[in-house]
Amino acid sequence: MFLILFLISFALTTQAHDYNKTKVINSAYQISGSIHGAFSKIGDYFYLREENNLLLEENNRLKSSVFNTKTEQIESINIQQKFRLTPALVNKNSYRFLENYITIDKGEKDSIKEDFGVVTAKGIVGVIDKTSQKYARILSILNTKSKINAKLKKSNHFGTLGWDGEHHNIVQLNDVQDLAEITEGDTIVTSGFSYTFPENIPIGVVKSYLLNDTKDLYVINVELFNDMTNLRHVHVIENLDFNTLNSLNPSNE
Amino acid sequence: MNSLLFSNIIRFTALVLLQVLICNQMNFLGSINPYIYILFILIYPVKNNSLSFIFISFVLGILIDVFMDTGGAHAAASVTVAYMRPVFLKFSFGAAYEYQAIKFNEADLLTRFIYFTLLILIHHFILFILIIFDNSKAGMVVSNALSTGLFTLFLALTLTTLFSRKEK
Repeated sequence: MFLILFLISFALTTQAHDYNKTKVINSAYQISGSIHGAFSKIGDYFYLREENNLLLEENNRLKSSVFNTKTEQIESINIQQKFRLTPALVNKNSYRFLENYITIDKGEKDSIKEDFGVVTAKGIVGVIDKTSQKYARILSILNTKSKINAKLKKSNHFGTLGWDGEHHNIVQLNDVQDLAEITEGDTIVTSGFSYTFPENIPIGVVKSYLLNDTKDLYVINVELFNDMTNLRHVHVIENLDFNTLNSLNPSNE
Repeated sequence: MNSLLFSNIIRFTALVLLQVLICNQMNFLGSINPYIYILFILIYPVKNNSLSFIFISFVLGILIDVFMDTGGAHAAASVTVAYMRPVFLKFSFGAAYEYQAIKFNEADLLTRFIYFTLLILIHHFILFILIIFDNSKAGMVVSNALSTGLFTLFLALTLTTLFSRKEK
């Protein structure tokens, strides 16, 4: 009896560590989702002031960019809408271990699907990984399995963003060409190569950098703009061209 | 017997809720969250059937796993602890175990301390090995298991002391 149950749970654990096969029960499920949801609502009241400040800052930034843009440009932006944003609340967030997930209170009902990107006012959070009717699970950028295309804002040199599991405010941008000129404090943004994120969403700034073992590519430590330990309001990004783009390039990962 | 079953159900639900809603949000000293739910396994009545006991522990672990996205790590650790418990009961309580007369409420603090410490350490080591699942991060496993274990132990002892009077 013990052996059977132990083997079952061991198998479940290895499944959960294996990104491609995961079909394991998870926190996007109805029951666990709703319990997390009900109680995180109570917690909301304690953070109202902080959230207000955050919204004010974001509003300020958006307003100033609107005032500095010509009206014709704004109108043309509206015509070619490529991305749809859905606001969501974080129900459960983890950042302690190597494989971290975040649960949000929007799911298939709100037309959220796998591989949609998730951002906050400050920067990226992760990619949707599992969905249920009312909840969805995000593969956090603080997950050693996470891989996101990103680039240096200044020079457009790109690489893959991953996490080494050490600090929860520092991620790594790997495989950047050694031709790239990097200085500390440079901004790292999304590259827009994948269909998950639009181009130029802020991620963080260069904290330090070094050449990898074969001395031909850079590994950059990136300090995140987001405080991943304190997430509340996030936006899910849907690329409206996702299906078209995907059918054009079926081998895309 | 019925009242025993009833109090077990209450304890089960209360500990799961306590774990998920409070302990998982504690982040003591940055990131330490105690795993208080194993108190259920520690103080489960000794007389009861061990097969059903192991099964209940499995269910408890799986429930926690669902809430924490850890696959089956909690279930594996809980089942192991439930399976190994008789050995440690014998070791810590000695003769009382032979007569099936252990009363956790009445056991003195030292016996309880040793018994809790051993089982909590085993549970936490298995748990963190499975959660971290990377042999290059052994240091992370040890430091996490020890720091969290200490916190869990403290909380478990506090809770049992708090509730022991009332149940008499």
